[in-house]
Amino acid sequence: MNNIIKKYIPQLLAILFVVLIFGFLTMNAQTNMDNRGIDFGFGFLSQESSFDVQFSLIEYSGSDSYARAFLVGLLNTLLVSFISIIICTILGVIIGVARLSSNYLIKNSAAWYVEFFRNIPLLLQIFFWYYAALRALPMPEKADAWFGVTYMTVKGYYIPAMVWENLNVFLYCGLAAIIAIIVLRNYANRLRDTQGKQIPVLIYSVALLIVLPLLSFLIGGVSLEFEIPELKKLSKISYIYEGGISLPPELIALVLALSLYTSTFVAECVRAGIEGVSKGQKEAAASVGLTPNQVLKLVIMPQALRIIIPPTTNQYLNLTKNSSLAAAIAYPDLVLVFAGTALMQTGKAIEIVSITMLTYLTISLTIAAIMNWYNKKIEIKEK
Amino acid sequence: MQTTNFLKPNRDNIKNYSIIGTFLILVSLIDVISNAFLRINLTSFLPGSLTTLFPLIIGLIGLHMMRIDYSGNKTLDLLNKNINTNNFNAVLTLLILFSIIKALPQSLSWMIFDATISGDSKDACTGTGACWTYIKVWFRRFMYGMYPNEFHWRINTAFILVIALGFVGYFMKENLKKYLALYYVIIYPVIAYLVIYYLISGGSFGLQWVETGAWGGLSLTFIVSFFCLIFCFPLGMIFALGRRSNLPAIKYISICYIEFWRGVPLITVLFMSSVMFPMFLPEDFFMDKLVRVIIAITLFEAAYCAEVIRGGLQSLPRGQYDAAKSLGMGYWKMHIFVILPQALKLVIPGIANTFLALVKDTPLIFVVGLAELAGMLALAKTNPKWLGFAMEGYIFASIIFWIICYAMSKYSYNLEAKYKTER
Repeated sequence: MNNIIKKYIPQLLAILFVVLIFGFLTMNAQTNMDNRGIDFGFGFLSQESSFDVQFSLIEYSGSDSYARAFLVGLLNTLLVSFISIIICTILGVIIGVARLSSNYLIKNSAAWYVEFFRNIPLLLQIFFWYYAALRALPMPEKADAWFGVTYMTVKGYYIPAMVWENLNVFLYCGLAAIIAIIVLRNYANRLRDTQGKQIPVLIYSVALLIVLPLLSFLIGGVSLEFEIPELKKLSKISYIYEGGISLPPELIALVLALSLYTSTFVAECVRAGIEGVSKGQKEAAASVGLTPNQVLKLVIMPQALRIIIPPTTNQYLNLTKNSSLAAAIAYPDLVLVFAGTALMQTGKAIEIVSITMLTYLTISLTIAAIMNWYNKKIEIKEK
Repeated sequence: MQTTNFLKPNRDNIKNYSIIGTFLILVSLIDVISNAFLRINLTSFLPGSLTTLFPLIIGLIGLHMMRIDYSGNKTLDLLNKNINTNNFNAVLTLLILFSIIKALPQSLSWMIFDATISGDSKDACTGTGACWTYIKVWFRRFMYGMYPNEFHWRINTAFILVIALGFVGYFMKENLKKYLALYYVIIYPVIAYLVIYYLISGGSFGLQWVETGAWGGLSLTFIVSFFCLIFCFPLGMIFALGRRSNLPAIKYISICYIEFWRGVPLITVLFMSSVMFPMFLPEDFFMDKLVRVIIAITLFEAAYCAEVIRGGLQSLPRGQYDAAKSLGMGYWKMHIFVILPQALKLVIPGIANTFLALVKDTPLIFVVGLAELAGMLALAKTNPKWLGFAMEGYIFASIIFWIICYAMSKYSYNLEAKYKTER
């Protein structure tokens, strides 16, 4: 009896507490909305949005629905996160390895890089790049060409656009190459396990990756042309580049700030991972007769990656969530387009904020679930 | 007569090599320095890209010549071991040295030598350097926001009082030490709240009322992070214990809470607190914007705190729980006297990181219209009398935040070392 009380009373109280809070809040929301004459519902999603978005990956205009505006914002968020994740990984790995270098100067520069960028709030870094650093760039008519064809101006970064013909043939060829490589690898592994023969898989893979897409150009009817941005005079003093792709300065500032900031955390993860592999492992591997490259590839990296990957994915998640700071410099991401403009226009605070939060929650939970599955797969199975 | 093999320096002719090597390195450094400081290109006679690569190549040859194993010369050995182990390292060393030499004079002259600090209007800034006059004139705004100038002593006094009260724990008598946790978790927040409410808000004791909309600048950053800090820790502890509980209802409520807040960005939480939260409050119940923001950030950070504390709880060996239970301790007794003291010691670095993240997140309250440091900068930047000094403003704010965060992280390292116990 005593046990039952100890077990069920706290649970009942906790549930009662949660239910009461939710009930109280819903009741208030109901009366408040009745008083203001707002009704709850998601019907507004199909209405015409009638606002414009500056930068969009898909076709969008004011006559499209709010649902499509949501999609535009979501894609912009994913775009900026994707680019930043790639850059921050490259930077983070370089800095993390540099922190373990035997060279005094390199070690300390890397350490100061980490201390510098991670101790300044991200919002300030975004503001710094957007309002201070990128504003110092030249006007379009005075910009010098970088690599001959790209222009970094105060109005954004102009790069050549690729104009494809028969793009799908090219993509199929790439896909075929990847499948062929996977088959080849499996075959090579089987051959090694059963007969002890080694096949230079890497060389074949690279050859496949180059040859098959090249074939698509020669016989598949694929062609690629570059559309180079050209300076155009709009009025007496106003110039602009036409053609090509223009990356807005908001995107550049955001990518710079996010990747520099997150790269410091990735660097720390990489360093911890490599330091986490015990010295005995390296020595044992070397004494078995493996070459330094094999030691790194077969012994150190598999163990280090096991330590590196979980916290690094966490940092990627943080980056994706931090990309919502875009709203502060008016990059049209999910928060700005949907929780900002759309909310102002419709006044549906509860619906819109919950959709926005649920979207981020879904992204986070999906990645977390994948990570848990992956961790289970790679964890050391002790007998 | 010994032949000199230039590709393989050895210690037999160390003198020749070290002299030639030092000379070559000096040449390359002089070339870069003259380029950076005096803007003279000594190597203009060389064709094209060779001019820019000249110091690198010469320096690399110099370093290669100096790379003699077991030379017997202590300085040389030290140098070789630390910055010159192989050609790749030598190139990186040179590149770092060159970029420091190139970047330092420019940034130094912009920040210090060509900078202006005198005067009190934009006209004083005529030089090519930074205009620190802007910071000087706006300094009070950056620190105190729109808070009336003549009342700034109130903010200062309140802060000094709160800090002094925080140190009480150090000077407590030995027989009162057992109430320390009680003091910090319950009494201290209440006193701090009262101090800040009566001193900074005013409204009684003959102090003029200043509404929270006027608060701002760095002092607001401190106020927000202070309250979130002292509230999020106990809350996080409750949810960490809840997540480890055997009772399914409590466990799943805690998991839902933690995963929800960890899954959404802070900016949407702040949006929620400013546009959605008022809808959920009873009619004609008014809650100040600042209070709403503090509640939102506290709830948000508590989830992160909970995860950190849970990590500490999980890393304790099972034997500790079993031993406490076998002594006949109940759930609360076991946690308060055995588990938590050990677990909290383990999570000091994690907690410090969470607090650091909290301080770094406070500028975000700018999006709901509270003008702390970043917000005041945005305001000052658009002032028509002071256009064009965004760079100085952001550098100033970055330095301040950097000092705060760096000090915090160093302090957490010290704490970690202090409380480290052998296991």
